[in-house]
Formats: sequence, C-alpha cells, structure tokens
Amino acid sequence: MSLDHSKSTSQQRRPDWAALAIAVILVVIAAVIFFDVSRLKGTAGYSQVGPATVPDWIAFALVGLGIWTAIEAFRGDFPARDHQQFGPVVWVVAGLAAQMLLLKTAGFSIATGVLFALVAAGFGKRKLWITLPVGIVLCLGIWVIFAGLLQLSLPAGPLEQLFL
Amino acid sequence: MTTFEFLLQGLLSAMEPINLLYALVGVTLGTAVGVLPGIGPALTVALLLPVTYRLDPTGSLIMFAGIYYGGMYGGSTTSILLNTPGESASIVTALEGNKMARAGRGGPALATAAIGSFVAGLIATLLLAFLAPYVVQLAIKFGPREYFALMVLAFVTVSSAFGDSALRGLTSLFIGLAFSVIGIDQLTGQTRLAFGVPDLLDGIEVTTMAVAMFAIGETLYIAAQGSRGADIVEAVKGSVWMSAADWGRSWKAWLRGTMIGFPIGAMPAGGAEIGTFLSYATEKRLTKHPEEFGNGAIEGVAGPEAANNASAAGTLVPLLTLGLPTTATAAIMLAGFQQYGLQPGPLLFATNPQLVWGLIASLLIANLMLLVLNLPLIGLWVKLLTIPKPWLYAGILVFATLGTIGANPSVFELGMLLTFGLLGYAMRVFGYPIAPVIVGLILGPLAEQQLRRALAISQGDVTFLVTSPIAAGLFVVAALAFIVPLIMRIRGRGQVLTQLAASED
Repeated sequence: MSLDHSKSTSQQRRPDWAALAIAVILVVIAAVIFFDVSRLKGTAGYSQVGPATVPDWIAFALVGLGIWTAIEAFRGDFPARDHQQFGPVVWVVAGLAAQMLLLKTAGFSIATGVLFALVAAGFGKRKLWITLPVGIVLCLGIWVIFAGLLQLSLPAGPLEQLFL
Repeated sequence: MTTFEFLLQGLLSAMEPINLLYALVGVTLGTAVGVLPGIGPALTVALLLPVTYRLDPTGSLIMFAGIYYGGMYGGSTTSILLNTPGESASIVTALEGNKMARAGRGGPALATAAIGSFVAGLIATLLLAFLAPYVVQLAIKFGPREYFALMVLAFVTVSSAFGDSALRGLTSLFIGLAFSVIGIDQLTGQTRLAFGVPDLLDGIEVTTMAVAMFAIGETLYIAAQGSRGADIVEAVKGSVWMSAADWGRSWKAWLRGTMIGFPIGAMPAGGAEIGTFLSYATEKRLTKHPEEFGNGAIEGVAGPEAANNASAAGTLVPLLTLGLPTTATAAIMLAGFQQYGLQPGPLLFATNPQLVWGLIASLLIANLMLLVLNLPLIGLWVKLLTIPKPWLYAGILVFATLGTIGANPSVFELGMLLTFGLLGYAMRVFGYPIAPVIVGLILGPLAEQQLRRALAISQGDVTFLVTSPIAAGLFVVAALAFIVPLIMRIRGRGQVLTQLAASED
C-alpha cells in the first residue's frame, strides 16, 4: 500500500482531491456529532461531565485530523493509489444489494444464492446458469443446517417452506 | 489454591469430550482460514459470534481461542508455499520460507514452522498461566483513571505507533470511536447520534462492523484488483522431516523467538508482527550461516514462527486479566465474552475460575492438536490454496452475511453491512488501517465509562487523571509511543515502522 510513497511526493504539487474530500468528510462527521450532542448539554451533572463530553472530544479530534488530512492533501503526502477496476466492485455490491432486497420475500436460500452468483460473476465466473443453481442449493443446505440444527433465525421463503 | 492446581482443574474441564470437540473445531477452522489468503482469524471469530451465541460460553470461547492459535499456524503454510502471507504475522516467514520451498526444502520449512509454533505455544501458554495471577493482583489496585490510561495507551499503540502514517492510523481510530458513541449512553440513558432510528439505539453491532470491514471490504478490494496473474503454489518436495542439522539450528531459534514474542504480545504494544520482525533480526545477527539468509535459512523461519505464536498467547494476558484487547482478533474475542455477559478482567478470575482456567488449559490441548493437524495433514491444507477465486470469495460472502442475518434478520442490518463494507473498501484504497476502527468501536465505550467515572470522582478536575503514579506512567508511555515514531518518520526512518505495520491480526 505504501511502497509508492516516494513516487507520489516527487510528482507535481497538485492538491490530492480525493484526500481533500476525506478531510471534508471528517469535518462533516464532527459537525454532525457537535450538532446532535448539543441538545444533551443541559444534562451534564454536578461534575460538568455528561453524555456530551466524550462525543465533543471525539468531534474536536476529528476536526483536527481533518485539518491535518487537508495539509497532507495539499502537500501530496498521500500514498499513490493502485488502479481500481470498478466493474467487479459493481457486481459484488449488486449481489449484496440484491440479497438485502430479496431476503424478506424470497427467503434466505434464493436471496443468498443470488449473492453467491453475482459475487462469482464479479470474480470472472459469468456463467450465471451454473453459479445461480449451485449457490441456491448450497444456501439451502446451509439453511437446513443452521436454521434446523442450530436454530438460527434465517428467514424462510417458498423454497424453505418445502422443508418445514 | 495455587496456579498449578487451578491449571490442573482447568485441564480436567478442557478434557471433557464436548470441550475437546470445540477445541478441535476451532483449530481446524483456524488452520483453514490461516491458510486461505484474504481471511484472517479476526474475521472468522466475528463470523462465528452470531452463530454461537446459543452455545455454552466455555465451549465457544475455547473454540475462538483455537481459531486464533490455528490461524497463526495456518498462515505459515501460505507464506512458505505461496509467498502470499495469509495473515500479517507471517510476512517474515515468507522471506526465508518461500526461498526454502523453491529450493526444494519446503518440507523442513513447514516442519520447523509447525514444531516451532508448538514449542512456542506450549511455553507461552504456561507463561500466561503463571503470569496471569500476578497481573490480576496488580489489576485489582487499578481505579478508573488507571484503566483509562491503559486504554489510551492501547489506542496509541494500535493506531499510530506502527504503520506508515500516524495521521491515517489516528483517523481510523477516531472513526471507530465516533461510531462507538452511537446509541443509548450507558450511564445516563440519553440517546446519542441515533437520529430517531430505532435500530441504532443499541449501538452498532461489533460483529456487523467487523464482518463488513474485514470480509466485504477485503472482497471488494481484491475484486477491484482484477485478475492480475495467478499465484504459484510451490509443491512440497521431499520429506517433511527435518535432518539432525535442521533440528540443531532450529531449537535455539524457537526458544529465542518465544522469549521475544511473548512479552511483546503481553504488553499493549500492537500485534504479533513486531515480535516476528525482531526475532528475524536477532536470528540474522546470531546465525553461523549468514550467507544463507535471503536464500532460505531455516533459523529465519523457526524464530519468527515461534515469536508469532508466543505473542498470540501473550495477547491473552492483557485480554483475560485487564479486559484490554491489543489486536483485532483479541478485540473480537472480547466481544465474544460480552455476548455471554462476561467481562474479562480481574473479577472474572474470581467469579468464573472454571471458565478462565478451562480456556487456558484448552490452549495447551489445542496446541497439541495443531501439531497433529499440521504435520501429517499438510497436503490437505495445500489443496485449499487451489480453490478458484470466484468460488472462494462467493463462499466467503455467503458466510459473512449468514452471521449477520442469523443475529438479526433485518434489511437495515444488511444495509449497514453493505455501507461499512464500502467504507472498509475505501479505507483500503486510501491506505487506512482497519484494526483501529474495530478496537475503537469496542474499547470506546469502556474507555468512556472509565473516564467519566474518574472525572465524577474528581468532580470534573482533569488533573486528577494524571496524579496517580501508575496512570501518569502509562500516559507518559502513551505519549512516547505517539511522539517517537512521529520523529522517526520525519527523519526518514519511517521504513522500519511501515514494515512493522499492525494490520488485521
């Protein structure tokens, strides 16, 4: 991750926009914390230490870290980043999103089987007509073991109904 | 009762068939995840937390400890045969081990790693058993401010002392701390940062965060690298048995590695990596065969592997006696204790000696099992390395989400899993370490409690925190651990620290 440190500093001194964005995000998080705990200020007790104290300290630290990040961003001190291929990332994220949306209606096996197939696709195995059935059967097996024997509450759908 | 009697009793409890079974499952799983690149012991324990919370606490904790030890063993296999360390503590092993494998001496390299791990694990677990009661006696004298100081020290060492940037380490830590205040405040019952979402009232689930950061973040990161050349697995050629010369060169390295690794694990000083680097440097200086270093010197495998396992045992000293995790795996094991309503610390030794001593004794047994699992069955583990990536990562994500769904089958929880997974991915891309987030999330509420108790005693006077000699001493050490590396980096000596980077284990 950090091996290219020297390379990045020797490049032209342009602000690192992504790092600057991180600095802004840190300050925004701090602002959210300040805003949210400000309504708790009245409840600080006799010792002046209440539920707002520690969040305030954390928020101050985040502002400080945001400023430090901004300085490093302008000096180009962030390590060079590897080129990222976003295609596979989209497949994996799509798999997780599909599982999330399908879970309640289609049940554990189908939802997680879809996740399995889409992740495999992200890693180069695009033959969905193979990976999807494999995933669903695998997940049904997992469902039988974990919901049946270990009594984990995995949501049941049409497929699982056959085993109930 | 003396330590010895406690340990004997623990052995009896650990020898119960059901506990033996848990230990076996633990070490087998641990070895498997140690061998597989991309998943480490921290993630595995996190995955199993929700699955095990209906089981018996002693058994589950024995299993978790087995995973931790097993992960340390398994990592060496990947390093030696694939030159891709399965977990960060095995990076040094790859230096000499992979050279040995390429020279056709993979068998002895695996053997010295496994036997060295066994020797180190045995000695270090005994040290743990005999040291723990003394630390407990010391810990009983600790008040809130000493605990707070200890946690500050752990925060500093985990986040900023090692790694290539204090800024990014601290940022990770404070992101974890910010997440840790979400939910109902434990002392006053006030809601903080929940924004009216009922799912957030209980705070962010440690397991959800850990699984998202480690499993999903890592999967996304590896997916984004695309398919860049397949890794080459070195076949194990020749006998796995070591020659007399190998034994003669290994045994001193094992003992030295143990003596280096254990104290480093036992102090709140970051992960097992540091001990392995120090051990490697020591062996390189003491060896009678300096020309072999860099070309496959057996001492360079024996020492660091012993150090790595000894520090895994050492990590359990602060975890069990003080409730203080110093690595990501220890942090998640702490979450495992909390899941059963147990708080590791001096009191646990008094209230639940059977559990604590059963756990310590089971580590001795786990060690023996690991030796058997790793030497004759090595060929089986090597097969794991040949699973194609699409199936491997698809399977990892199925199990990653299984744990979360099992704990709480809600769309909201899966949404958090996805969100934190993307966060973990982004942090990897920008070179932020992951472990500080998890440690911050778990230790944050504990540190806050101790701080507020201390300040309540002093009626808000902050100087009270540093007026006890122990607390003041700990703060000084924490300050040094922050400042010294900063100066080293400015003077261009940062390379050493980058190498010592504590990552997920």
